[in-house]
Amino acid sequence: MANVFPKWVNTIPIKVIVAAILIKTAVIAGFTYYFTPKYTRVGYAPTQPVAFSHALHSGQLEIDCRYCHTNVDRSEHSNVPATEVCMSCHSMVRKDDPLLAPVRDSYASGEPIPWVRIHKTPDYVYFNHAVHVNRGISCVECHGRVDQMKVVHHDKPLSMGFCLECHRNPEEYIRPPEEVYNLDWERPETEEFKETAVGFVHDWKVNPPQSCSGCHR
Amino acid sequence: MRIFFAIFIFAIVTVVSILGFRGSLSTKPPLEVFPDMDRQARYKPQAENSFFDDGRNDRPIPSGAVARGNYLNYNEVFSEDFVDLRLGDVAYNKGKHADDTFVQTLPTEVTYANMEHGRLKYEIFCVSCHGAAGDGNGVTKPYGVLAASYHDDRLRNESDGYIYDVIMNGKGLMYGLSDRLSADEAWSIVLYFRALQFSQNASVEELTPAQRDLLGI
Ligand code: HEC
Ligand code: HEC
Ligand code: HEC
Ligand code: HEC
Ligand code: HEC
Ligand code: HEC
Repeated sequence: MANVFPKWVNTIPIKVIVAAILIKTAVIAGFTYYFTPKYTRVGYAPTQPVAFSHALHSGQLEIDCRYCHTNVDRSEHSNVPATEVCMSCHSMVRKDDPLLAPVRDSYASGEPIPWVRIHKTPDYVYFNHAVHVNRGISCVECHGRVDQMKVVHHDKPLSMGFCLECHRNPEEYIRPPEEVYNLDWERPETEEFKETAVGFVHDWKVNPPQSCSGCHR
Repeated sequence: MRIFFAIFIFAIVTVVSILGFRGSLSTKPPLEVFPDMDRQARYKPQAENSFFDDGRNDRPIPSGAVARGNYLNYNEVFSEDFVDLRLGDVAYNKGKHADDTFVQTLPTEVTYANMEHGRLKYEIFCVSCHGAAGDGNGVTKPYGVLAASYHDDRLRNESDGYIYDVIMNGKGLMYGLSDRLSADEAWSIVLYFRALQFSQNASVEELTPAQRDLLGI
């Protein structure tokens, strides 16, 4: 009796298995790569109503972050500055520049400039700026090198894993409080500094919450 | 099998070319994959609110409103046996006595901690215009901010209350900073301001021999 199935049929199971493995790997790789905040959030850089540049104001002119984001070390919310803050200089600097027309209009009318918000934690997460920056956690850790950005973009994922990464080992991120606003400060890679950092965390009783109710209250 | 590989590679290339890589800049708002309860109906600082015509959540103060606990209505708001030296202290809050004359000397204590506090705040809020030495050579000078130098006889003889008033309410081209400074911070700045003036207007004779040795003069 002749063979009912041709010989190549024997390879079908192998082919199917190989194809299934490839597809599965690709789908999983695709999900882990594209469906986390590392992809969905990082890089979000909306067009702002005024072409305000941190690279110029903080990087080149070295205006302290708190000149504008005054409440960052005082409250849970880091405010975006009022138009009056811009006008304190721009009533004298580039008074007639068309780039600044929305700022002048806003100052004259009292209507706020409609800045587009970039960083947003979900509403079930409790976040507080003052506790972080007053305890030696710099803006860079969560916002990246804002002082080099012409347009602010979302630089870190700000996912739960990201927060916990630091909450588990604060000594690897903490810095002296006077360097918090100095974004180009570099951690000395010496044993000595590591010991100081561990000492810091211990002496100041820095104790970031790791239990759910710390952040989901 | 060859067809499968071709389709497989093609699918990967299409997905990657549409979705791009992590961290690439985009002006599109982040995709919220499972927007469970991420955005809830609640009030947040500086957020939008469609209920009001101007869309602002933080309401501007209606004209004629007087903040509770303000020195203006202190006696009406609090009972007679309640004494808060700071809230009820017109001189402390306005830098002026009730009869509109300036306070002559600082109503706060002169301590090293207070001076340090003043230096920190000065370096945030004043250096960019007045410069670190208070000589009017801030970074913004080349761009057209003509900030005054502190080192002239008129300013040396002005009362502390006057300087406080300039800081809080501005003068001429300078905008006031009462939106960003508390009374306590402003008084510390006045203290540091005096130190700056002294630093540029002291004679060698006023130093002890030990201090002269330290400076090598
Ligand atoms: C001259 C005023 C000014 C200074 C100084 C300044 N900022 Fe900003 N910042 C703004 C304004 C205005 C915005 C909103 C517009 C935008 O996003 O570009 C902003 C936005 C931001 C945002 C994004 C906020 C969001 O929408 O999520 C971050 C983060 C930020 N600033 C961090 C910093 C840091 C860190 C520094 C100090 C190195 C700094 N800023 C200094 C004015 C300032
Ligand atoms: C401490 C002073 C100061 C403050 C406060 C300030 N600026 Fe500026 N700004 C400057 C200076 C100085 C320049 C540079 C002017 C030049 O290059 O001629 C500038 C330039 C600009 C430019 C033009 C940039 C370009 O690419 O040409 C814009 C737009 C601008 N500022 C917006 C703002 C906004 C919006 C705010 C408020 C959040 C603000 N600035 C607050 C000092 C200031
Ligand atoms: C531990 C992480 C962390 C640090 C450190 C941090 N931020 Fe933030 N920042 C956040 C998060 C998270 C948000 C989003 C907050 C929210 O949704 O309420 C945010 C939001 C902001 C906003 C936008 C607020 C708004 O309403 O638009 C500004 C501006 C800002 N941060 C400035 C700063 C500055 C300036 C510093 C440094 C002095 C700083 N941040 C340090 C995590 C951080
Ligand atoms: C780079 C380090 C770092 C990152 C990133 C970080 N934190 Fe923290 N966080 C700390 C430290 C350090 C403390 C402890 C402060 C203390 O003990 O006073 C803290 C404390 C807290 C607290 C306790 C505040 C309180 O009032 O008790 C909360 C809530 C919190 N963090 C939330 C968050 C959230 C949400 C994120 C992510 C968006 C985050 N943190 C990211 C370092 C970090
Ligand atoms: C350091 C602060 C922190 C702690 C501690 C923490 N979370 Fe979270 N959690 C977050 C942040 C921030 C998010 C938002 C993540 C995002 O938007 O990507 C989040 C999101 C979540 C979500 C929603 C995820 C989603 O995408 O729908 C759940 C569920 C959750 N957390 C459960 C927990 C549980 C359970 C614990 C205790 C084991 C816990 N969290 C502890 C900060 C924290
Ligand atoms: C945006 C730039 C700017 C900032 C920031 C600024 N000033 Fe000024 N300041 C000026 C200018 C411009 C003048 C000159 C005003 C005039 O004569 O019209 C001035 C004048 C003064 C005077 C002299 C007033 C007089 O009677 O002639 C004093 C005192 C003073 N500033 C103190 C301060 C202190 C203290 C701070 C910090 C809290 C500060 N300024 C922040 C721009 C600034």
